[in-house]
Amino acid sequence: MKRFWISVLILVVVCLAGFAAYAWKPAIDPIEPPQRAAFDKLLIEKGAVLASVGNCTACHTKPGGKSFAGGLAVPTPFGTIYSTNITPDPKTGIGRWSEAAFSRAMREGVERDGDHLYPAFPFDHFTLVSDEDNKALYAYLMTRHAVESRPPANELPFPLNLRFVLAGWKLLFFDKGAYREDAAQSAEWNRGAYLVEGLGHCGACHTPRNALGAERKGAHLAGGEAEGWDAFALDASSSAPIPWTHDSLFDYLRQGWHADHGVANGPMAEVTGNLGRLSDSDISAIATYLSSRMGEPTPERAAAAEDIRKKLSIDQGGTPIPASATTGSPTSRGGAIFQAACATCHDGSRPQPFGGIDFHLSSTIATRDPQNAINVVLFGLPAASGRESPIMPGFAATLTDDQVADLLGYLREAYAQKPAWADAKAKTADTRSGKYRVSVQPSDGIERSPDNVGAKD
Amino acid sequence: MVKLNVNGTSYDVDVDPATPLLYVLRNDLKLNGAKFGCGLGQCGACTVMVDGKAVFSCLTPAMLVEGREIKTVEGLGTIDDPGPMQKAFIEQQAAQCGYCIAGMMMRAQALLEAKPDAADADIRQALEPNLCRCGTHMRILRAVARARDLMQGKSAGNMAPSAATGRG
Repeated sequence: MKRFWISVLILVVVCLAGFAAYAWKPAIDPIEPPQRAAFDKLLIEKGAVLASVGNCTACHTKPGGKSFAGGLAVPTPFGTIYSTNITPDPKTGIGRWSEAAFSRAMREGVERDGDHLYPAFPFDHFTLVSDEDNKALYAYLMTRHAVESRPPANELPFPLNLRFVLAGWKLLFFDKGAYREDAAQSAEWNRGAYLVEGLGHCGACHTPRNALGAERKGAHLAGGEAEGWDAFALDASSSAPIPWTHDSLFDYLRQGWHADHGVANGPMAEVTGNLGRLSDSDISAIATYLSSRMGEPTPERAAAAEDIRKKLSIDQGGTPIPASATTGSPTSRGGAIFQAACATCHDGSRPQPFGGIDFHLSSTIATRDPQNAINVVLFGLPAASGRESPIMPGFAATLTDDQVADLLGYLREAYAQKPAWADAKAKTADTRSGKYRVSVQPSDGIERSPDNVGAKD
Repeated sequence: MVKLNVNGTSYDVDVDPATPLLYVLRNDLKLNGAKFGCGLGQCGACTVMVDGKAVFSCLTPAMLVEGREIKTVEGLGTIDDPGPMQKAFIEQQAAQCGYCIAGMMMRAQALLEAKPDAADADIRQALEPNLCRCGTHMRILRAVARARDLMQGKSAGNMAPSAATGRG
């Protein structure tokens, strides 16, 4: 018996030692901050494009703050994490990071000093990025303006505030390694997969997460959540009434809107804004890969899309006008609100993107969750600063929670032929009160600046 | 028939409940302060207050604001006795053609009622939905900052020029 307990003890010690060996990462020696001249101009330019694919600025810049200086509060189900300063400031940024330290952070999610990084930094995607691209990203970031700014300390409960715990998370959920080409697919498909799954980290928002905050492997790109917005499914379960194609994806990602789908809004607006820097060929590669993930639509879906097209070509806005907002069913009350408040733009003659979308085409109305519809109705689409952009006024001050629910119920029934969302009213109340946090951005939001972002974040 | 409470007075108005509040105010109640600009909620000329918040009256059906407190620029004061917001706009000569001014005042009023010590940056941000084609934004910002000071009981001598700095 004694021998048994000794064996158990040895086993425990071995396991702990093994975990410690796995969890422990050495510090990489600090360097003297490199001079700008140390980097090739073309490499810096390449890095700028890659940084916009990675949308680095979105998390690493606070509204109103300096670019890449960090400090943005990223709410997670576990607590608030503050983004880090990735300017080359030697004291508070990454000025003393060597390229090896930078590449390790991208590849393994480990800081220069050996601490594990939280997966709010999507190293589970960035691990796929090639050494060559990391080199360019490093050159770009190390030649930005150095900003001395230390982000606030993370607000995480014990034991999540202990970084070695993250090694356990990595053991469970993290596959390290550069992107491996799929030989059965075209070069363009592989390029798209590399960008989408790696630096683009589309899955970070568009894949649902498990209880420990890891992307669910069995539900890749099946739809997730980002900054208070429902990130639509990018697989066969896409809610788009007219199925996406390579060409519509290309146009949408290139210009931030498509006539069959509407304008990008919420955090996606920042993504399409950023993709403006990308070459047509890379955008096309992304569209090739994503359209293959979505697959050919089923015959039923294709037929339904055909019906919508027919309806739109015949019917220039002919939704029936229900009698009164105060009497009758919820949908007839909603219909009256629609006619009086929304139809001017959404049932009018102005084409997109400056006219409102016809809701027959709207993924937002057809999807399973009312959140995006609630966000847009309450907060609208703010104007972009200094350039033209589609805008929409918010109705938070005019519509009560009941009225929003009635309106959404009407839109669901009239345009998506689906039943009203059961949770629309409760979610509207939580969104309005700020209990559920939503970031509000213009439809072409490139940078986080005070006049661009943050009406309700 | 729609029951509306505007500037503290109750009205029974015989209109289709879907009529935009702006039309009811101008055509039926003869309160012509709020203006029709774009009809799309994009310019702010029609801004009025509903329960203390600034709304585009052109996109607000009358039926949605029954029983709620509506305030228009006429509710801020009279020609003989202008309210602090109106006084500040007169002092700063903030109007050129004046078409946007009622909307500007109502959005600014909503801000200052919610946040009496609004910073200049808050004023800029709050007025962002309201357009002025004449380009008197700098004077408008000055006027709102002045109104803030007047409402807080600060003396007339001290101007509040800080809102006028920065980009326009």
